Amino acid sequence: MSRTRDGSSPLFAGNAAGTLRLIVYLALAVVLMVLDHRNGWLWRLRTTAAAVVEPVYRLAGLPAAGVRTLSVAFADRQRLTEQNQRLREDLLLANARLNRMAAVAEQNQRLKELLDTQHSLELNVQLARVIDVDLGAYRYQLTLNAGSRDGVRTGQPVIDSHGVMGQVKEVLPTTSVVMLITDPVHAIPVVIERTGLRTVAYGSRDGSRLVMPNIPLAADVRAGDKLLTSGLGGRFPPGFPVGEVVSAASALTGMFQVVQAQPAADINRSEDVLLLHDQAEPDGPPAPVDAMGPPSELAPGVASSSPAPASSEVRP
Amino acid sequence: MSRQRLGSWWFVGTLVFALVSMLVPLPGVLEPFKPYWPALLLLYWSLESEERVTLGLAFLVGLCADMLNGVVLGEQALRLCALVFIVLRFRSRLRFFPMWQQTLAVLALLLNDRILLLIVRLLAGGSFPPASWWISPFVGAALWPFLFLLLDDLRTRLRIQ
Repeated sequence: MSRTRDGSSPLFAGNAAGTLRLIVYLALAVVLMVLDHRNGWLWRLRTTAAAVVEPVYRLAGLPAAGVRTLSVAFADRQRLTEQNQRLREDLLLANARLNRMAAVAEQNQRLKELLDTQHSLELNVQLARVIDVDLGAYRYQLTLNAGSRDGVRTGQPVIDSHGVMGQVKEVLPTTSVVMLITDPVHAIPVVIERTGLRTVAYGSRDGSRLVMPNIPLAADVRAGDKLLTSGLGGRFPPGFPVGEVVSAASALTGMFQVVQAQPAADINRSEDVLLLHDQAEPDGPPAPVDAMGPPSELAPGVASSSPAPASSEVRP
Repeated sequence: MSRQRLGSWWFVGTLVFALVSMLVPLPGVLEPFKPYWPALLLLYWSLESEERVTLGLAFLVGLCADMLNGVVLGEQALRLCALVFIVLRFRSRLRFFPMWQQTLAVLALLLNDRILLLIVRLLAGGSFPPASWWISPFVGAALWPFLFLLLDDLRTRLRIQ
């Protein structure tokens, strides 16, 4: 092996050129980092390189999927039987509950139709599977196996069976990345179920809790209070569980209470999640409702003396 | 000619393998024990065939890793560049170390890498990581002798320069 590159001594191979090159590369890396930190270049690049990146994710997710398949294949009979039994009971219970809920939902629907509101109890959702990929030391993101080809759009709320998980942050052709509600840069408008207090829940720095840093000292907040989405801001529809208050203490400044909450969604364990399709209602006054009351042809003297001029305007 | 091509395919293959294993998820308990594979593989190649590994290559591998990992573009490029630079500078001495000394050197390099990462993250406004964050370099160093012997053995079997 020839060891006389650049004519330097082999035992002390370093020279000025090498150091210079190092400095150039380090500077380049720092510039890239700063630019990326400021403009979010990385994501634009990743969207471009999606064709290459996505198969790699699938490849990296294979071992986890394989282990899961193996554990099912080699699970012993006893445990499967037990699990089956338990699931059967759960199903029975859930069905019973569902039947009751169905009746309530139907009644609710009828009442709402009577009120002629445009709300609907049915959720327009799409099921997506979480691809297991380790995205760095900070685990504030999830990768889903649905992308723009499946109709996913940026900003869609993501929920699991227990509550809100986050929102879609970036969409690639066949995968999408979800920003969790525990991300420190994420904020979600919530309302405390018991008292009706509206506030904003931020992700905590350690990425497993929610923090509400500015609740007035006089406000009544206790551990165990449930948080629901308030629907303000229009991103998340109202009424979904977000979390449960764990502790409330006054802040270091002594001017506010800092309330910590545990997310309701099973953020670390969910395998299947739901993407909500109906976005929350836009801000502003509601759209004009259809005319109520008897059909127009039955009304006596339509053009002459209408008691409610507002309703005759919107009549088709 | 084909021997040479096989060699370069093997070289690229091991680096791709390192990038993919970086992404493979582990159960939560084992997560801090995951070694930093791209660094280990680059270390091996810069010790074994200097003509293949340059700072530019380290930068490129780092960029690929950044793109896959999605943290900040340039972070791993910086770390891998620094690592490869140190290794190339002390290469001739590291190569003739007995295995235990080499392992200690690898440990030092990986710890240095973690410190660099810590500095970058703190500058970017991140929080201080938990103590388990420091386990990974030790696992990497503990794996080093086995990785080195395995790769060396495979290389002699495939007769790759």
